[in-house]
Amino acid sequence: MARVEAEVGKPKGGLMNWIDARFPFTKTMKYHVTEYYASKNLNIWYVFGVLSFVVLIIQIVTGIFLTMNYKPSATEAFASVEYIMRDVEWGWLIRYMHSTGASFFFVVVYLHMFRAMLYGSYQKPRELIWIIGMLILLVLMAEAFAGYLLPWGQMSYWGAQVIISLFGAIPVVGDGLVEYIRGDYSISDITLNRFFALHVIALPLALVGLVFVHIVALHEVGSNNPDGVEIKQKKDENGVPLDGVAFHPYHTSKDLVAIIIFLMVFSAVVFFAPEMGGFFLEHANFDPANPGVTPEHIAPVWYFTPYYAILRAVPDKFWGFFLFGVSVILPMFLPWLDRCRVRSIRYRGWMYKTALTLFVISFVLLGWLGLQPAEGIYVTLTRIATVVYFAFFLLMPYYTSIDKTKPVPERVIYNA
Amino acid sequence: MSEEGVDNNRRHFLGIATGVVGAAGAIGVAVPFLASLKPSARAQALGAPVEVSVGTMQPGEMVRVVWRGKVVYVLKRSADMLGRLDTNIDQLRDPDSLVAEQQPEYAVNPTRSVKPEFLVVEGVCTHLGCAPLMDFEVRPEENWNGGFFCPCHGSRFDLAGRVHKGVPAPTNLRVPPYRFVRDDLILIGQDTGAG
Repeated sequence: MARVEAEVGKPKGGLMNWIDARFPFTKTMKYHVTEYYASKNLNIWYVFGVLSFVVLIIQIVTGIFLTMNYKPSATEAFASVEYIMRDVEWGWLIRYMHSTGASFFFVVVYLHMFRAMLYGSYQKPRELIWIIGMLILLVLMAEAFAGYLLPWGQMSYWGAQVIISLFGAIPVVGDGLVEYIRGDYSISDITLNRFFALHVIALPLALVGLVFVHIVALHEVGSNNPDGVEIKQKKDENGVPLDGVAFHPYHTSKDLVAIIIFLMVFSAVVFFAPEMGGFFLEHANFDPANPGVTPEHIAPVWYFTPYYAILRAVPDKFWGFFLFGVSVILPMFLPWLDRCRVRSIRYRGWMYKTALTLFVISFVLLGWLGLQPAEGIYVTLTRIATVVYFAFFLLMPYYTSIDKTKPVPERVIYNA
Repeated sequence: MSEEGVDNNRRHFLGIATGVVGAAGAIGVAVPFLASLKPSARAQALGAPVEVSVGTMQPGEMVRVVWRGKVVYVLKRSADMLGRLDTNIDQLRDPDSLVAEQQPEYAVNPTRSVKPEFLVVEGVCTHLGCAPLMDFEVRPEENWNGGFFCPCHGSRFDLAGRVHKGVPAPTNLRVPPYRFVRDDLILIGQDTGAG
């Protein structure tokens, strides 16, 4: 016994010490949880990161249970989903949690991103957190898209047909690429099978990995706050930021309230409006996939409609696809497009406030327009909103460098 | 660790050599994985040609057949429909079928077909792959000469599958390879190079 103690250099026994000598458990808990200091003035906008983590857990758990009854085959997929809905005990609940979770994932992620834009959380030194976050969004989009094919309904089939065909717009390699993605001459059993593999293994693995890296990067530089003040610059004699409080128990207890309220809203949707009037589950998807008949009106699920509207704003296949791609990628460059060194909207000038307001309006408007038929006034509105969307990003280096800012306080503002 | 007696050239060479061999191995392993994503032998076999009997079709009648999972429209055009083909040339983006990959060479003609009365086109909108609807009624007030209309994003095509100007679809509907086995039998998916 004495020899082991000498080896590991710990005088005391106990299970925790035994573990800590072999795995940095206590050290990690301290670094990431009990001694991770975030600003004490975090407001409601700061709960959406935790909430997206909660949704991730919901999706993984419900997804595992759905996989136990789902059959990824063109002849059986639709029926197996109905089987889950009708014959599997509580299957309907598990499936509705998963389908509602998909939409809520985007709700909380979009709000989480908006928070970063409100308080400049993407600015130096948090650029990498923002970029990893954007990669998470891209993987999440791919994950949602692959998942939507699995029920093998009419909208699954034709939505996938339209989106995969987008890649045909790429010059030279386009047609071959489309065939390669599908693995067949049309969307078929083969396509369904590989999308299933991507949806349940490849993309979730990537997602979990990216989320881990996202949090590690965040804890390296520390959380931003609604004042955009760097709390690490004012520390007490123990090296603890004066305006910081430990993640656990202070922020976790606040987050718990948010999680409970979130779960109440989530449950209300799961139980009373799982289709959300066709927004979360489109009505056309209650018909099995039929390659011979295109539904009257094809629209993607609501979280893709802003980008889809941009695609349709251009009456040219290649340039439509090009703008669509750029509109998805463009936010990744925010840390360098924003030339202002003031982070928080509280101390920024009227220009950024106006620009951000217009951006939110254009994004929501595009989301709505993406659900409308591409004709008449809708096309005109879509083009205007598209211009605003792009102008927000492309003119940003200009208006953020001339915008008049207010002085930023030394410490965070906290009225308790 | 002492650097004494280290042959840096040799170390450098070994490093590069290891890297190159490793990369070659990685590429070698990647090939089968990437190639496995291509249409399999079964998928290719299921893409075999299909026969369409057209002996009993009436002028103006259209049938749909599935070839390689895609719907192919076979339309028997009436004399009136054929007569309308050259009246809307100025509405069309590519009236002379100049985009080579949209049809076999034997369909590069004013009717885009082997026999003028039979139009054989893939019912796949060249924009994003929806199935265009048939709308053969002439409506001069809408400048509509009859043809195909895609409900997804409003692309329009004439009775030879030629795309209109100012719509999202960039090219004419694709004519698949086909040939007449007999006067009343079309084989879609196979040709002899001359229809």
